[in-house]
Amino acid sequence: MIKVLEPGIETTVQDKGREGYYEIGMPPSGAMDRYSYLAGNLLVGNEENASSLEITYMGPKLQFEEDAVIAITGGEIPPKINDEPVPMWTTLTIKKGDILSFDFVKSGARVYLAIAGGIDVPVLQGSRSTYTLCQIGGFEGRALKAGDELKIGEMQETSVKEGTAIPDEFIPAYKKSHEIRVIIGLCSYRLTEESKQRFLDLEWKVTPEANRVGYRFKGERLNFVEREQPFGAGSNPSNVTDLGYPIGSIQVPDGIEPIALLNDAVTGGGYATIATVISTDLSHMAQIKTNETVKFKAVDLDEALEARKEVRRKLDKIRELTTGQK
Amino acid sequence: MKELKPRYDLGGDEFIFVELAQEMSLEANFRGIAITQKLREKNIEGVVDICPSNASYMVRIDPEVIHPHRMIEELKAIDNSIEDLSDIQIESRAVDVPVLFEDPWTHEAVMRFRDRHQDPESTDLEYAARINGYDTKEDFIKAITDSPFIVSMVGFVPGLPFCFQVVPREQQIEVPKYVRPRTFTPERTFGFGGAFSVIYPVQGAGGYQMFGIAPAPVFSQDTRLPDFKESIVFPKQTDLFRYRAITREEYDSIREEVEAGTFQYKTCDISFKADEVIEDPKKFSEMVMRRLYND
Repeated sequence: MIKVLEPGIETTVQDKGREGYYEIGMPPSGAMDRYSYLAGNLLVGNEENASSLEITYMGPKLQFEEDAVIAITGGEIPPKINDEPVPMWTTLTIKKGDILSFDFVKSGARVYLAIAGGIDVPVLQGSRSTYTLCQIGGFEGRALKAGDELKIGEMQETSVKEGTAIPDEFIPAYKKSHEIRVIIGLCSYRLTEESKQRFLDLEWKVTPEANRVGYRFKGERLNFVEREQPFGAGSNPSNVTDLGYPIGSIQVPDGIEPIALLNDAVTGGGYATIATVISTDLSHMAQIKTNETVKFKAVDLDEALEARKEVRRKLDKIRELTTGQK
Repeated sequence: MKELKPRYDLGGDEFIFVELAQEMSLEANFRGIAITQKLREKNIEGVVDICPSNASYMVRIDPEVIHPHRMIEELKAIDNSIEDLSDIQIESRAVDVPVLFEDPWTHEAVMRFRDRHQDPESTDLEYAARINGYDTKEDFIKAITDSPFIVSMVGFVPGLPFCFQVVPREQQIEVPKYVRPRTFTPERTFGFGGAFSVIYPVQGAGGYQMFGIAPAPVFSQDTRLPDFKESIVFPKQTDLFRYRAITREEYDSIREEVEAGTFQYKTCDISFKADEVIEDPKKFSEMVMRRLYND
């Protein structure tokens, strides 16, 4: 049992996410920084889809009521056990009665607390992930509150030696300005050529509206190609006949502030989408904070697929390290 | 059939987006339904999600199992295999969906967000009736409730049905969305935007005109409700929703049934071919009404 003494700003139970329900309007949810989440599970010997805590901006204060093996990965929100600093990206043991807490965020925005065995919450549509907008999944469909008690599950596969640490080369570092790779497309034909270029040239500033549903950016107005709106689309030039929104897709309602949709995305709607963040860079998106800046870089499919392979190679290396097996 | 020129594009490395047409039409919608149905039957390894929408569809894949370009080839082949609309058989159900128009809850929200609306001097319903050429709101409500709508897409949030009325094009209602989206919409609001009516499954942001409220849910975790035993969402693409104007009295009594876990939608299974609807929407709508209420 783990007792929540202080919940942090937004701490939720997440796993790899809920797949196969997009067509009913259900986004996948799941860990936003999938790379850090998977690395965390490897460090504690969990199965790939074991549920962890996603911690946002400010860490919780948790009292462990039993011995456990844990690992903390992601951005830099320095963890402490009984007020003593402990390393991130490392297999740690924590004793019954110990208190895990966190210092202020140094870089990034989210960390993952993996616990050997995972967090035991009911499976809903194949996943333990929390989807707070509809109050489903995870721990009672919501972020943790003080007084909650979490049960440790049975999703451990192997045991990993205490002190196993992931080498620096596999640990992403985050600055305050970010480059995010996108594939231009979807309804990008709606933007003028000039605005398409501006979208890629500008440094976009992340607004306070930056959460699991999506991030909204400030920069300058983008313009749409003038046309008579097609039947059913609605009157604003940024409107299209309501369509599906891919995870990571970027829309620009009224041309004013682009929104990148993330794990808890609305699954569709009537705004022209102009580009999509490549899947590997969604993990990076999760580590961006309000007031930081983002520059979008256009890449092609080959580069996106290569980036995906690179991430898998890294995770395979981490697996070799934690299991001692090739 | 009307010539549709599908446009295939990538949504990052995991999504294929296929735009069948830029404008909404039953032809495009039925074609999307037919293609995604066939795709589902093919059970292609690496396909994660199949999401048909109004005049487009989307497929999510694991690109390490199936390359996005190969997926696009598969989709083109399916598209080519569908000759015309008479090929498309649709298993649907007609549903009686009660709506209380001009209710106190959405009225309060309507008044709260007047500054974000095209016409702050009228209500959403008055405004929509006027710009669609109706003399009174009663005539406008009659137009909405006289013919069924087909659920052409489910999405935005779980269970939100986008509904497109089965009437000839010249009778179709079209309204703009709010100038700036609202931060609040009551749960179960009956709204209208573009050519689509919707029911908001949960309370939240929204940009559609608000005309009323439905007493029955479209999204529920209450498994006592017979309509929600199998799934937490009720609407399915191809459902035929007939919105029926009700009194406050009936609204309250349905709410009581919902609270008690006994409410069940009145439905009737209907199987049809796509071309029946396209060729004579009026006749089709009349058939749906007859089947739903008389048979």
